[in-house]
Order: sequence, then structure tokens, then C-alpha cells
Amino acid sequence: MVTLTELILETFGLTKAFLGFTAVKDVNLQVRRGAIHALIGPNGAGKTTVFNLLTKFLPPSAGRIQFNGRDITRVKPADVARLGMVRSFQISAVFPHMSVRDNVRVALQRPLGTSFHFWRPAASLDALNPRAEELVEAVGLGAFIETPAVELAYGRKRALEIATTLALDPEMLLLDEPMAGLGQEDIGRISTLIRKAAESRTVLMVEHNLSVVADLSHTITVLTRGQILAQGSYAEVSANPEVREAYMGTGHA
Amino acid sequence: MKQLPFLIMLAALLVAPFVVYPLFLANALCLALFACAFNLLAGYSGLLSFGHSAFLGTAGYITAYTTKSWGYPPELAILLGVAASSLLGALFGFLAIRRQGLYFAMVTLALAQMVYFVCLQAPFTGGENGIQPVPRGHLFGVIDLSPNMTMYYFALGIFLIGYGIIYRTIHSPYGRVLKAISENEPRAVSLGYRVDQYKLLAFVLSAGLSGLAGSTKVLVYQLGSLADVSFGTSGEVLLMVLIGGLGTVMGPVIGAFIVATMVNYLAQYGSWVTVIQGVIFVVCVLIFRRGVAGEAMALARRWRLRAGAVAKP
Repeated sequence: MVTLTELILETFGLTKAFLGFTAVKDVNLQVRRGAIHALIGPNGAGKTTVFNLLTKFLPPSAGRIQFNGRDITRVKPADVARLGMVRSFQISAVFPHMSVRDNVRVALQRPLGTSFHFWRPAASLDALNPRAEELVEAVGLGAFIETPAVELAYGRKRALEIATTLALDPEMLLLDEPMAGLGQEDIGRISTLIRKAAESRTVLMVEHNLSVVADLSHTITVLTRGQILAQGSYAEVSANPEVREAYMGTGHA
Repeated sequence: MKQLPFLIMLAALLVAPFVVYPLFLANALCLALFACAFNLLAGYSGLLSFGHSAFLGTAGYITAYTTKSWGYPPELAILLGVAASSLLGALFGFLAIRRQGLYFAMVTLALAQMVYFVCLQAPFTGGENGIQPVPRGHLFGVIDLSPNMTMYYFALGIFLIGYGIIYRTIHSPYGRVLKAISENEPRAVSLGYRVDQYKLLAFVLSAGLSGLAGSTKVLVYQLGSLADVSFGTSGEVLLMVLIGGLGTVMGPVIGAFIVATMVNYLAQYGSWVTVIQGVIFVVCVLIFRRGVAGEAMALARRWRLRAGAVAKP
């Protein structure tokens, strides 16, 4: 029995229309605290739009979003992050011409409260180095601490992105296709990182790779044409004939 | 070792007035500060403004008017100019940062054209004639700025203060956030930064420092003129920064001296100056994109890499 207090994120009738085209329609999403929750669906189902709505990068046309019992429908995107819900992007989001350490430091420095201090030397941020190095080590990038992010291989950029996100110690992570464009070896590594991060957090992710979804997630929501088709565990969802019809294709196991 | 280029520049600026006409140099220093201020916005915040002449010119008029009509001392007149341009910058910034890229540039251009029109029509600016002669006065009531040599070293001092503020800003906690925003704005937002506030501060700082340049410039040639608020000046500062190297600390200074020299020594060819500037602009954008300072840094890096490869085979 799911009670309201166990939900960290909930939407009520979330809808987004772009000039007559309804990308997301009446979505009631419920994410349990501490879960790894996957959002799947065919291309154009509205998964990324839902992400953009949740993190306020897009304003909803209708509906409400509640995070930690608080209505965040009108909150600005930067403030959503401050409330503890931090997102990643489909295209790897690093600061290309900053070193691995500096990438992580950007996330660490905000709580210092000196981010508007244009008269203070940047060396005042060196106090953050031990914490930054710890985070970088944890994602296996210790050897690249001085390397500009632009020179990292794609899989390592994704690892850096996770280290940067974790630097904020958010309650909830929103990962937009964390495995997109990764080779098999990297997928294993990033899966481990996500699982580790989820030990003390909630994760909501959009992902196409179904074996990753099956492997990682507790709950799956299937989206088609902007609407929720089914919700449940991987076994439940994959047994649903409608889902097999609409998403996986009838021939798929 | 890292400060070597700066020390060379400083030494050159200290002895230059014994070789070259001091007022030409002082004017070039003002343009250099203007270019550095523009670069703080364009090079380090990724915001391209087409309206920076408004800040240079407005501060210039304020300083010219308060010294000539009210007899204010230069330091106070400059301070008032900087305050005015900072306020104007806050207004421009507030309206423009809501838009991105080309739209941002267009909003700044439109606002600057409005300022130009006001300056053309307002009674206190002297219209086409400008305000002249602007008295240089006595700095802190003691140092007479009328000798050209004294004026030059005063302008050098102002330039160094402005340059120092910009250098510190770039290398501050705030500067790191600014760089992050210019590199990947959505990511900076997702890390919890309210980027509009950071951009607004960058805009105000850039406008204030442009004003500092404008106020000093007025004292150099003792003229508050319509040219300083005109669109041509906004274009010229972009040219200086591109020639020198966008997003490099010293590039804009080099660019400003190159453009100032061009304008000065090519003046005999009349309107051909504009054509020559246009050609240089196109060449820079097409094949010389990192500017003088940027190309020099890339060259130095390549040499160091080659030397390193030889040292440890």
C-alpha cells in the first residue's frame, strides 16, 4: 500500500501542448522515495518533454507537480535544483573547456555563498579540492583530474556528469538517457554508478536500453503518445499485451 | 613566468610616451579599457552586445558636462560618469538578458540607438558640436592634468585599475560561474545557478568599466562627442576584441592599439579606413579566429608540446 508520504514526486494531470500538438497529456506520475524509476516509451512519446516539465525547463500547459510535498509548478529551474532535484541531459552536459576538477567545483562552490564575489581570488575555491577529488575518484576519473572535459572519451564525460551532479548531493536525480551512445563496457560502469548513487537517493530516468531498465529499475512507467500506458515492475509491464503491442512489438520477449 | 606578457606590456606602456605622441597613447589606453570591458561580457560571459557605445558615450558626456559647466574636479566627474553608465547598464541588462543570442544583440542595439537619439537632441550635449573644450582640472585638487605627459600617466593609472578589476573578476569565484554559464548554460541552471542574475552583474560591471574608459577619454582629447555614443563605436570595439583575441585577457589591449593606430595613420585615406577595417574584420572572422593573442598562445602551446616531446622521447 503506497501512502502519500512515501512519494517524493507526483504529478497531477500534467499536460503540455505545443501549438495544437499535445506532447504530454494528463500524466499522473508517482515516484516513490528511494526507488529507481524508469520512464520508457517509443520515440516521440514525450519522455524528454516530461523531464523538461518536471525540472521546469518548460512551463506546463496544465496540471500540477509536487516534489517532497511541495507544489513546484511555478518554481524556476535553478530553484528546482536547489530544492534537491537535479537533472542530466541527453547530450552530455559538461563544461568542455574546464578541467575535470573544475567541472565538479562549479557544483560544489554554490553553497559557499561567494559565487557573486568578483573581487575574491579564485584560489579561495581551493578548499573545495579534496571534496572534488573524492567525487572524481568515486567515478573512476582520478587519473584525469587535470584533463579538460572536452578531451575525455564519451563514456568518461558521462561519468564526470554524474560526479558533478552528485556534488550537489541531491535527493533526487533525473537522468535523461544516461546510456545513450555508450559502448557495452561503459554501460556496465555507468550502471554501477547509478546503482551506487541510488542507495541514498531517488532516481528517475529515461532510457531506451531495455536490459539496463530491467536490470536497474524498481518501477517502470510506459509512455505512448504523451500518455501513461502502463506502470509497474519490469515483469508486470513486459507482460502487459498493450505495452508489447505499442512499444516492444509483439514478437519481443 | 605567467605574468611575463603583462610585465612586458607594462614596461612598454611606461616608456611609450617618450617615443609616441602621449595623447594618442592615452586615447588608445581608454579604447583598450573599453575593449577589455566589452570582452568581459562577450568573451567571458558569451553575451554579444551591439550597444556598448551608449555606456562609453554617456559617461563621457556626464564627465564633460560636470567639469565644464559645474566645475567638478576630474575624480568626481569620472565617478559620476561611471555611476551613470552602471545604472544605464543595469537598465539595458535587465531588458536584454531575457533574450538570447541575436535577440540579445538586437535589444542592446535598439536601446543604444535610443540613447544616441537622446544625446543628439538633448540641450546639454551640444548636439553635433559636442561639449568642448573640456577642462582637465586638478586631480584631488593637487595634480594639474593639463600637461599631456601627466594626462597620459593618469590615463595609464585608470587603465591599470580597470584592467586589474577585470583580471580579478575573471579569476574569481564569480568568474568561474560566468565561464560555466558561457560554456553550457542549461547545465549551469540545472546545478542551481540563477543565470540571469550572473549575467546582469556581468553586464553592469562591463557597462561601468566602459564608462570609466569613456569618462577618461573625454579628458584626454577634451571633447565630449557624438561619435562616442554612435553605432560605429559599438562596431569598432567588437573589431578590436576580435583582432586581439576574444576571451583572452590581454587580446583586447593589443586589438585596441592596432585599431587606434589604423584609424590614426590611415586617416589620410579618408573613408577608405572603413573599407580597410571591413576587410580586416572579414579576414579575422574567416582565418584568424583566435585573434593575435589567441594565435600567439596556440603557437606557444605547440612549441611547448614539441619541446616536451624532444625532452622525453
